[in-house]
Amino acid sequence: MASQLPEPIVEQTYYLNMGPQHPSTHGVLRLFLKLDGEYIIEADPIVGYGHRGHEKMAESHLYEQFLPNTSRMDYLSGLLFNHGYVAAVEKMTGIEVPPRAEYIRVISVELNRISSHLLWFGTYIMDLGGFTPFLYAFDDREIILDILDRITGSRLTYSYCRFGGVAKDVDDEFVRATREFIGRLRSRWDDYHNLVTKNVIFIHRTKGVGVINRETALRFGCTGPVLRGAGVAYDIRRAEPYSVYPELEFEIPTGAAGDAFDRYMVRLQEIEQSLRIIEQALERLPAGPIRGRAPRKVRPPKGEFYFAVESARGAVGFYIVSDGTGYPYRLKVRSPSLSNLQVLTETLSGTLVADTISILGSVDIVVPEIDR
Amino acid sequence: MSFDDFKEGLGALVEASAVRPTDFGKRGFSLEVTAKRDQVEPIARAAREADLFLEAMTAVDFADAFQVIYLYNAFGAGSRVRVRVAVNEGESLPTVSTVYDAALWHEREVFDLFGIPFDNHPDLRRLLLPEDADFHPLRKDFGKVHGVRSTDEIYGEPTA
Repeated sequence: MASQLPEPIVEQTYYLNMGPQHPSTHGVLRLFLKLDGEYIIEADPIVGYGHRGHEKMAESHLYEQFLPNTSRMDYLSGLLFNHGYVAAVEKMTGIEVPPRAEYIRVISVELNRISSHLLWFGTYIMDLGGFTPFLYAFDDREIILDILDRITGSRLTYSYCRFGGVAKDVDDEFVRATREFIGRLRSRWDDYHNLVTKNVIFIHRTKGVGVINRETALRFGCTGPVLRGAGVAYDIRRAEPYSVYPELEFEIPTGAAGDAFDRYMVRLQEIEQSLRIIEQALERLPAGPIRGRAPRKVRPPKGEFYFAVESARGAVGFYIVSDGTGYPYRLKVRSPSLSNLQVLTETLSGTLVADTISILGSVDIVVPEIDR
Repeated sequence: MSFDDFKEGLGALVEASAVRPTDFGKRGFSLEVTAKRDQVEPIARAAREADLFLEAMTAVDFADAFQVIYLYNAFGAGSRVRVRVAVNEGESLPTVSTVYDAALWHEREVFDLFGIPFDNHPDLRRLLLPEDADFHPLRKDFGKVHGVRSTDEIYGEPTA
């Protein structure tokens, strides 16, 4: 007798396009997933939707003209890219930067780092289903944007650094507002931890999820909070000291297991360390000029040069080949998100689709920085 | 194996004249190596054993040849190594993705932007440009450029 039941569903591999316009990919990223039921067999991140050819553009622009491009790569920590590029050209050409300008750079750059981490915090928790922390983070972030807006003239795509200094001096109002912000964020810090860090749903969605250990990070060249979450205290600000960081006291927070929760904790502790750095820098902010002597048209000597800074996402490097003219012969940007995203090809396989959001969010990528 | 062992071990892999220590403060790396095509992979293996990671990979187009650049670095202070290898038009390089997974994407990027193929790369697709693009934009014969130099003009004499 023939069975009255419907034919059993044949198990098969299922292909799913997550993105390019998915709310949790934070930019235009497509994850091409090969699925077995709810489990991922293979994940293939497809990037390049926002490729604007910044490196090609550099070759036909003067060194000065390329400056605004740098903050368009990583729009969440644009000042850090600004700083890295300007400092690279300064070192090549031998331009001196006055101490006041260096301190202003460090203060503004650390404010930018906090704003980037706060945005990550808000959106990451929102990806995991919590809406309230998002409002807390954006409330605080807005104050940073206002402070930076007053001195730089823009809210996200800054072009504040100049060869030999910064574009505009800071005033007492800036110092007052920054000090007030430090006090305000510290007073609200317990709320952040009570809302999220101790939340049992959050802990279940992040502890033991998306483990990236030291060995994996080394094979893929991960840097930043992804690497520090795995317990490696590697920070460009310490390993290759630049600007006035050697004069300032701060710690490098690290995790142990290398899971999403560790990366979360590392970023939150980094915000505290950044507050410490800003506090010390404000205390020591020297008087003096904000622009050193720099030629009107920068012409670095022939040769190749590499300079790295620590952005909110990891080590950003500028590899510049100069032919002695005012145009870079070749300018390569080492973007941290590229390596940090690539590790997901390995980390995502074998995990649940639902965890993809948690893992992808926890490595904190900015796609336009990969696409360049 | 440490970074110093890696430095010493390089002597067995390449000629002594191909390794040059540089001033880290001035150049951003402490060692520059000029490698030949078949030395690329052994150097990568030695770097992996010395606990270095592949920080970045890129290429530069010159009038005479491409120069492919590998940047290795350790999770420590000032120990970046720059390895340079010349590739002629139409030639390929051996992949180092067997040693470093990071090279899977870095090599795809170099292939995409310069058109340099890598032998035995398991998945050599374009990375940033659409798959149907028929050009390699960072070559000097594409788009607006300010002069094409020869390799010796830039790398000829040491500047540090």
